[in-house]
Amino acid sequence: MTPILEYRDLSKVFFKGEQRIHALAHVTAEVEEGELLAIVGPSGCGKSTLLNLSAGLMEPGTGEVIYRGRPLTCVNTQVSYVTQKDNLLPWRTVEDNVALPLGLGERARSSRDDRRERVARYIEMVGLGGFEKHYPSELSGGMRKRAQLARSLVYEPDVLLMDEPFGALDAQLKLVLQAELLQMWEGTGKTLVFVTHDLTEAISIADRVIVMSSRPGRIRAIEHIDLPRPRDVFGIRFAAGFGDYFERLWSALREDIRQGQEV
Amino acid sequence: MTDTAVNQAGVGSRSPVDEVFLVDPSVRARRRQTVIVAVSRSALAVLGLVVWELVSDRVISSFWISSPSAIWSALLRFAVEGQLLPAVWVTLLETAAGFAAGAGAGILVGLAFGISPLIARILDPYLVALNSIPRVALIPLFILWFGIGFETKLLFAATLVFFPVFLNTFAGARDVDRDLIDVIRVMGASRLDVVRRVFIPSALVWVFAGLRMSIPFALIGAVIAEMFTSNEGLGYLIAVTANQYDTAGSFASLLVTTVLGLALTWGVSQLERRALRWRLHSA
Ligand SMILES: Nc1ncnc2c1ncn2[C@@H]1O[C@H](COP(=O)(O)OP(=O)(O)OP(=O)(O)O)[C@@H](O)[C@H]1O
Ligand SMILES: [Mg+2]
Repeated sequence: MTPILEYRDLSKVFFKGEQRIHALAHVTAEVEEGELLAIVGPSGCGKSTLLNLSAGLMEPGTGEVIYRGRPLTCVNTQVSYVTQKDNLLPWRTVEDNVALPLGLGERARSSRDDRRERVARYIEMVGLGGFEKHYPSELSGGMRKRAQLARSLVYEPDVLLMDEPFGALDAQLKLVLQAELLQMWEGTGKTLVFVTHDLTEAISIADRVIVMSSRPGRIRAIEHIDLPRPRDVFGIRFAAGFGDYFERLWSALREDIRQGQEV
Repeated sequence: MTDTAVNQAGVGSRSPVDEVFLVDPSVRARRRQTVIVAVSRSALAVLGLVVWELVSDRVISSFWISSPSAIWSALLRFAVEGQLLPAVWVTLLETAAGFAAGAGAGILVGLAFGISPLIARILDPYLVALNSIPRVALIPLFILWFGIGFETKLLFAATLVFFPVFLNTFAGARDVDRDLIDVIRVMGASRLDVVRRVFIPSALVWVFAGLRMSIPFALIGAVIAEMFTSNEGLGYLIAVTANQYDTAGSFASLLVTTVLGLALTWGVSQLERRALRWRLHSA
């Protein structure tokens, strides 16, 4: 199988006045088509930077991002991106926010009824039925995440990039949303790159977990998670093998978390 | 920067209060206060009128300060003689046209500045220079170029409206959240889409602040130009009554002008409330 996304020797340095921040160093990795890849790493190690590069929103310092065999030179419109920050348009209702991607580019040509039907379906799917006419400011944090999720899914892109989508939510809601995400994703054949700092979350949902080192971010470990699907995120942490994965990945993470605290 | 612009443009010297960002207090506890405010205001108005009426000719000659009753009869006289409605209509048209032209230009240039930092850098000194011209000094030139007709008044009103709207739009376009732009570009938005769906709605809060601030300027512009050209409108009425020592008539025309200004401001606020409905919710 050919990888859908490839990172070839990526490095990225940010300049902030005099200060130089080395965010990524020699990252080489592949994202297989149709897999759910989780990226775990300490705060500030360049996870968001890696996703920004995948979306073509910034250029790498050195190295290349390859999408479907071609180097990315501009914004990658084949992917959808759930950013770490809330990014709903505050002046649009939930409904209009979810409809936003359907009104852009080629997609604007599909019929109005078709678009409306899709928006309704995805709003229902993420459990926001009844909140179509609400503005983002009237929603809770979890609901805003659901709306963002609906907006990213509604145009059915091949690759979904998600940056700590459930990071700020409470533990129970997080589990519920993980379960819903898996339910929506399993069987679609879409590729999902999921950034998180929660190792349990990563192992629960992913086919493969990449552990990154603290800044400058490098790839420290890669682990295939061969737990059966469909998965039950509520019980999987007690499944046979989960503990081994956790221990191996945790030992890779641990050194850096300690280093990170010293910085 | 906004403040200085407002002061310079404000021939009628209006304070550049940022009242724009006050929001409707829909809280129940405030209702009582609202009632107190309304009652006190009305009482104050009545008191003021009564004192004025009593003082007139008893303490100060009515030649200088007229009186509410005399102003009322002057108003009726204007209305009956058929001077009032045409004057209001002419001034309203000039104000509206000047406002539309000035605001349109201000929004366009402001957006261009906000979207392209290069344009902003190139044109910045020229706009600063233009903004420093005392606007009233332009009227004789406008009369020279366009005569004493509609165009002169429209143009003068527009020059007063342009800068507050431009500066606010520019500030609004600079204030746009870059992450929102990134997000919609990944969804496949063209440059035009980005402008239409992110820049403009996002800048709209600021644009409306500018519009609300500058609608009185449009009226001021129209009235001042009318006083210079002396042929029609409320400004002409104010000038001509004052020249004839008709204090009551002067006050009456002033009153009508004020009411017109209030009505226009109210109209823009209503528009703003409709366009920025999402903000009411976030308050
Ligand atoms: N646009 C930018 N300009 C300057 N520095 C930046 C920029 N974006 C990121 N950085 C820096 O690069 C480093 C990596 O940032 P990044 O956001 O990728 O980390 P992260 O792994 O996503 O962290 P977190 O888990 O806290 O979200 C950080 O130190 C950050 O300060
Ligand atoms: Mg991040």
